[in-house]
Amino acid sequence: MATAKDTALEQIKDTKKRYSAGVLKYRQMGYWDADYLPKDTDTVCLFRITPQEGVDPIEAAAAVAGESSTATWTVVWTDRLTACDSYRAKAFKVEPVPNNPGQFFAWVAYDIILFEEGSIANITASLIGNVFSFKPLKAARLEDIRIPVALVKTFKGPPTGLIVERERLDKFGRPLLGATTKPKLGLSGRNYGRVIYEGLKGGLDFMKDDENINSQPFMHWRDRFLYVMDGVNKASAATGEVKGSYLNVTGATMEDIYERAEFAKELGSVIIMVDLIIGWSAIQSIANWARRNDMIVHMHRAGHGTYTRQKNHGVSFRVMAKWLRLAGVDHLHTGTAVGKLEGDPLTVQGYYNVCRDSYTRQDLPRGLFFDQDWCDTKKVMPVASGGIHAGQMHQLIDLFGDDVILQFGGGTIGHPAGIQAGAVANRVALEAMVKARNEGKDIRNEGPEILRKAAQFCTPLKQALDTWGDITFNYASTDTSDYAVTPSASV
Amino acid sequence: MMTNPTGRLTQGQFSFLPDLTDEEIAMQIDYGLSKGYAWSVEYTDDPHPRNTYWEMFGMPMFDLKDSAGVLMEMKNCRSTFPNHYIRLMAFDSTRGIESIAMSFIVNRPAKEPGFSLVRQEVNGRSIRYTIQSYSADSPEGERYGR
Repeated sequence: MATAKDTALEQIKDTKKRYSAGVLKYRQMGYWDADYLPKDTDTVCLFRITPQEGVDPIEAAAAVAGESSTATWTVVWTDRLTACDSYRAKAFKVEPVPNNPGQFFAWVAYDIILFEEGSIANITASLIGNVFSFKPLKAARLEDIRIPVALVKTFKGPPTGLIVERERLDKFGRPLLGATTKPKLGLSGRNYGRVIYEGLKGGLDFMKDDENINSQPFMHWRDRFLYVMDGVNKASAATGEVKGSYLNVTGATMEDIYERAEFAKELGSVIIMVDLIIGWSAIQSIANWARRNDMIVHMHRAGHGTYTRQKNHGVSFRVMAKWLRLAGVDHLHTGTAVGKLEGDPLTVQGYYNVCRDSYTRQDLPRGLFFDQDWCDTKKVMPVASGGIHAGQMHQLIDLFGDDVILQFGGGTIGHPAGIQAGAVANRVALEAMVKARNEGKDIRNEGPEILRKAAQFCTPLKQALDTWGDITFNYASTDTSDYAVTPSASV
Repeated sequence: MMTNPTGRLTQGQFSFLPDLTDEEIAMQIDYGLSKGYAWSVEYTDDPHPRNTYWEMFGMPMFDLKDSAGVLMEMKNCRSTFPNHYIRLMAFDSTRGIESIAMSFIVNRPAKEPGFSLVRQEVNGRSIRYTIQSYSADSPEGERYGR
């Protein structure tokens, strides 16, 4: 290891030396500057890096800055045709990750000129492009990002936003209720529509296509849309409420996606759905289409686990959520904390904050490293889905508040007395819990008692509690926030 | 009678629960006031799911900080329109919200016939749907008995 005085650790200011042909360390090339103060217009990223054995963490951080901006492996004289210092990202702080030997947090700042306005594709091509395959690092993870106001304002954000969505649906002051149609695969259009009708008539606000329902041999997409919309409208007439079903328009090409979206609009659906795996550009395209057509866009985060699950490598979901809010989705699956899918409660709350805040404050226990001003960008409705049931209603409302969609798929369709009964159980549990909370009850502790009381006048709820009351998914979370108890100030 | 499991219109926050007593309504009003919301009373005899604009029973009570006053307005509305749907709504004027934060029904007509679904067959298998209130054929004010 070099000593601090070693010239190999300092930026070379002499331009003749700096640009003579050969290979330099990244920090010599100017990608490390411990004195750098990020500008208000800079994008600031926090990476969790695991350098290979013997690689100095500061050099590794400088390399991340280099490889995610202008650097290549050797000196090039053509740098001198540019105002090259502007284009170099600057690593400016490195700290060991508490309780994780070998891992370091590296803060890197990017000048606003590095990014095309209004393009998540462009931002991601830099920030999670080549750098994530870079050999001197064993692993790298983008933990959080501060997007400057100047860049935020180049995005249109959610096409509808949660406030206007509530106004269109005429549903206020409580979480919305949904369910994913099951089984995921194999139902014909006619059978599929039956599940939609029963769930909505029973009391749910939304039903939902699953992520992998597109247009397989057992059910053509047009057939699904036609039967689903009959169920939606019949349920709306039976209840006097606006109802919806997320019609998944995901397809092989953008032309397919537009064709399916147009048909959903013609049939009068209030909402369409796409999967994360369609990609950033397709997401921004469908968001534009939705703005032109008064449509709510539901985003299923299918595939996100390949980015987000491993704590030492990939992209944190809080970063994905920030990008998706800017790219323009109205609903986003953000985890349940208490259900069958991954998620530490505080970390999951951090994702919810990113979706719904007007201004997100630094909150290290929730994994939020930066203040983020959303400057009036519309808000995304978070969706809690996956292995949750009516018996957890108090925990869900306590964790997430009113602005969330609670989706009980199995917890509705698997009800012993049928789908309508399952929907009734969930709606009664929800309304009883909201009412009790508003009356000042401590629902976190009194929740089970409140549910039992409501079950006295609601047999379907009693049956639900008898069936699932004791089901929990208590596994250790693989993605908790790492932070020092006395954290250093962050930008 | 409507055929959904509650047998009635299910708009609002609490339609699946037994009707709230006036004491329970007061607790909800207090909750809204503690959040800084402004309450208002609205009524209609056209509860179509997309009838956004129910009639205002007076202005939103922006300066009223006492649940008794809101409750009094609600009771006035009930005695004036006993056979109408009446809802209480709480408005949140916080920047970035500026919308309704709570809404629940506090009065209903004795009979709720609900809605029919009119299907108009159009191109191919497509259908245009119209949701039509069984009582909307009568003039306003005469739909659920006087």
